[in-house]
Amino acid sequence: MALIRELDTGTPIRIGGDMLTLTIDGQEVRVPAGTSVMAAAASLGTQIPKLCATDMLEAFGSCRLCLVEIEGRKGTPASCTTPVEAGMTVKTQTPRLAKLRRGVMELYISDHPLDCLTCSANGDCELQTQAGVVGLRDVRYGYDGENHLKAPTDSSNPYFTFESSKCIVCSRCVRACEEVQGTFALTIEGRGFGSKVSPGGVDFFGSECVSCGACVQACPTATLNEKSVIALGTPEHSVVTTCAYCGVGCSFKAEMKGEEVVRMVPYKAGKANEGHSCIKGRFAYGYATHKDRITKPMIRAKITDPWREVSWDEALNHAASEFKRLQKDYGRDSIGAITSSRCTNEEVFIMQKLVRAGFGNNNVDTCARVCHSPTGYGLSKTFGTSAGTQDFKSVDKADVIMVIGANPTDAHPVFASRMKRRLRAGARLIIVDPRRIDLVKSPHVEADYHLPLRPGANVAMINALAHVVVTEGLVDEAFVRERCDLANFESWARFIAEERNSPEATAKISGVDPNELRAAARLYATGGNGAIYYGLGVTEHSQGSTMVMGMANLAMATGNIGRDGVGVNPLRGQNNVQGSCDMGSFPHEFSGYRHVSDDATRETFEHLWGVKVSNEPGLRIPNMMDEAVEGSFKGLYIQGEDIAQSDPDTQHITAGLKAMECVIVQDLFLNETARYAHVFFPGSSFLEKDGTFTNAERRISRVRKVMAPLAGMADWETTIAFARALGVEMNYTHPSEIMDEVAALTPTFAGVSYKRLDELNSIQWPCNDKAPTGTPIMHVDHFVRGKGQFMLTEFVATDERTGPRFPLLLTTGRILSQYNVGAQTRRTSNNTWHDEDLLEVHPFDAESRGIRDGDLVSMQSRVGEIALHAKISERMQPGVVYTTFHHANTGANVVTTEYSDWATNCPEYKVTAVQVRRTNHYSDWQERDWEEGFSLRRIAQGLVDAAE
Amino acid sequence: MSGGKIDKLVHMANQIGDYFKVMPEHEAVNGAADHLRLYWTPKMVGEIIGYVDAGHSGLNAVAARAVAELKRRSSM
Repeated sequence: MALIRELDTGTPIRIGGDMLTLTIDGQEVRVPAGTSVMAAAASLGTQIPKLCATDMLEAFGSCRLCLVEIEGRKGTPASCTTPVEAGMTVKTQTPRLAKLRRGVMELYISDHPLDCLTCSANGDCELQTQAGVVGLRDVRYGYDGENHLKAPTDSSNPYFTFESSKCIVCSRCVRACEEVQGTFALTIEGRGFGSKVSPGGVDFFGSECVSCGACVQACPTATLNEKSVIALGTPEHSVVTTCAYCGVGCSFKAEMKGEEVVRMVPYKAGKANEGHSCIKGRFAYGYATHKDRITKPMIRAKITDPWREVSWDEALNHAASEFKRLQKDYGRDSIGAITSSRCTNEEVFIMQKLVRAGFGNNNVDTCARVCHSPTGYGLSKTFGTSAGTQDFKSVDKADVIMVIGANPTDAHPVFASRMKRRLRAGARLIIVDPRRIDLVKSPHVEADYHLPLRPGANVAMINALAHVVVTEGLVDEAFVRERCDLANFESWARFIAEERNSPEATAKISGVDPNELRAAARLYATGGNGAIYYGLGVTEHSQGSTMVMGMANLAMATGNIGRDGVGVNPLRGQNNVQGSCDMGSFPHEFSGYRHVSDDATRETFEHLWGVKVSNEPGLRIPNMMDEAVEGSFKGLYIQGEDIAQSDPDTQHITAGLKAMECVIVQDLFLNETARYAHVFFPGSSFLEKDGTFTNAERRISRVRKVMAPLAGMADWETTIAFARALGVEMNYTHPSEIMDEVAALTPTFAGVSYKRLDELNSIQWPCNDKAPTGTPIMHVDHFVRGKGQFMLTEFVATDERTGPRFPLLLTTGRILSQYNVGAQTRRTSNNTWHDEDLLEVHPFDAESRGIRDGDLVSMQSRVGEIALHAKISERMQPGVVYTTFHHANTGANVVTTEYSDWATNCPEYKVTAVQVRRTNHYSDWQERDWEEGFSLRRIAQGLVDAAE
Repeated sequence: MSGGKIDKLVHMANQIGDYFKVMPEHEAVNGAADHLRLYWTPKMVGEIIGYVDAGHSGLNAVAARAVAELKRRSSM
């Protein structure tokens, strides 16, 4: 293996347009109009010297190193800013150019430290390389003049330094922050010789910088450099893999020294991210080797006993014997499993296989239950398949973007950057969210309409948008007639046209100004390509599935399905939520979303697996907990999930876990759920295994092992070993063989294999004979189900109501630097940005309660109480408070309730009636929980400080 | 809603009934019954039927008719 060095064409590659022919250094080349001379030369393999140019950024033309001679033109134009013309004849190397370039380099080097041998970028510095390329041998000006050699170094960011003495003011970092990330945190301060890069007059940590790493990647010198490179030196080989954080599924080069990660660099050829990254994927990988990692299997008889480290064999045999005992004593349905959206497709597939073929029931569920299960239900009913309709790139063609219940700049930052690029280029924006999220107004982005609805009013709001479309004659009748079930449409149109669905009537429910809503509906329906992007603010409601169907109705009615720039697009929370659903980890369906009662489908599984499979749906996670509390569900195998922190109504979850006789937790850390476990299988990070993840655009990408599993086995190997201990034979020697089985059993994956993935880089399913290279955009000529189905979406208010005791509505969510339950990110320097969950309160609500910013406040709902610090914020609307659930010791889900989506039981995290008041102490639950955090995590032969 | 399992099942069944109630009656009842059959375990279905059989009246109209429909189907 070698270090992967990607070609840098200096300016972006242009696609499409007329092809032009020109001659560069005597060679003819044909490139699309709009291509720069520099990029055209690069396509011939000619690297014109450059410093301010890089192909992630538009041409800038400041360094004057890329000068060329063009026949018939005066002077020496910069090749980066000069577009090709037909018949152009270019020379990139002449004595005149050599002299000019050497002179330019001489000036740069006259004000640059000559410490190359001890510089952290030694061997990886474009300034150093170009000095060699242009043949610089001396600097006639000397080094005694005015210079920047004593300029300070800013080390405030935990992940990178800004060594300003080495800055050549090429503006690549500033432009990366603007063009790639879209944050505009950096600027060039001062003029002339005094020009310098500045994060807005403060240090990097205190600035608006979001630590995406784009500036570090763009920097041609050691000025912006990873602290890991400074500590470890430059990497020696790299492996392309897929990020294990959010559902964007960014492609990264893991740059390595042996088995040690030196840095994670976003991969330009990765189609989900095209070379961009966020703070989590780029920098927050240190958890993988954190001291808290548990690397030995452990067992204990009771949860109050200390853990005992044992061999793999003992742990596996003990767990198997317990699960057999439970089924013998309590029946076949007394055990089950939870698969993980943080694990690979292959790991998920064999988990559900273990349950269906080994346990003999369908009691398998996945954490998508608590996030996007309504997406699966809603899109399946309307379109015919349980997935988003577009690829991410599609947003480049959107004219109107409607973001509903999602906060992409925090939760899907790399896609947010792509979206913001499109918005800066002129696309219009509608935000539907109770909070004033960053996208409502941020540098060079401003929503045309923000519809700040009340939590719980989604369906009333989407019905009102559709009402405007139907009653104002904005339906795309040709699309509906050709593509949708017409009788069904007519029935829906009659329903939606009823006055009770009008903006004016629903305003009483949603709180949204009817005029604003009408204007937003008109814009979506008539503004060109309309694209809907949505998140958990849609799904995590008692009417989550209804809302998904409502969005699908709206998109069909306006013809916004089946081409670039449109669609209904779920922004998936975790890295493999899509994949874990695809792989059949819901209790009612096999891989490829086929119900277990479908005889033909079930027979294909039974034939290949050689066992009978139940045709009845199994238990969902909330049902498992209910059955456990009731006493009939006794054993649970949980892979890579932390339901004691992530799932709602914590006290009910922990009661369920405590009531079971054998809980097996497979994880990297002794997480909150492991407190209630009897067997601990040490897990493996994404760096320690092979496999695939499937992102929110249905893109299947390879995960590649870069280091040996710290516990000796990757997660898929552990599941196989557990299956064998139970007497279930699984004979896979590599995850590729599991994917082959998935392909054999799943029509939408029929064309997927590791060989094909290596050839194509990534594949968007469906991939089969009809679509051998995959399907970037779905429902192009017809819907998967045939005709699009409009579903009736009556608004039904949640039973969770505010009142005198609980007058405020709590909605929960995520922030940029932390991920889900925080088990990974809290064990990195990301914690520096967010070391506790805060309660955001509108100033009006704060004032009426005498709450000041930073006060400890009690938050109580009908199911529980916690205390946390308040943050006064005008992002909130009066009557609504907001917090995150990233920190276990806050216990945000102690407060959230058991209410859930009617169709899928996805919890109603977004609507909890609460009261908030000042307090001077933490809640009883918190005090008890902190004590249990120690007592239930003891490991025999010394207390391990595994508590977080 | 209290915390007991049967109370939760009743609440869930009523939510399903609430979704389907906007449809014509026959469609609503069959839609709700199909939903219960496709997504609830046989044990849960049995428990909600048992709840109705015991004379409790906490289900809304559509949910009650859907449960009756499931009982009719199971006896066929």
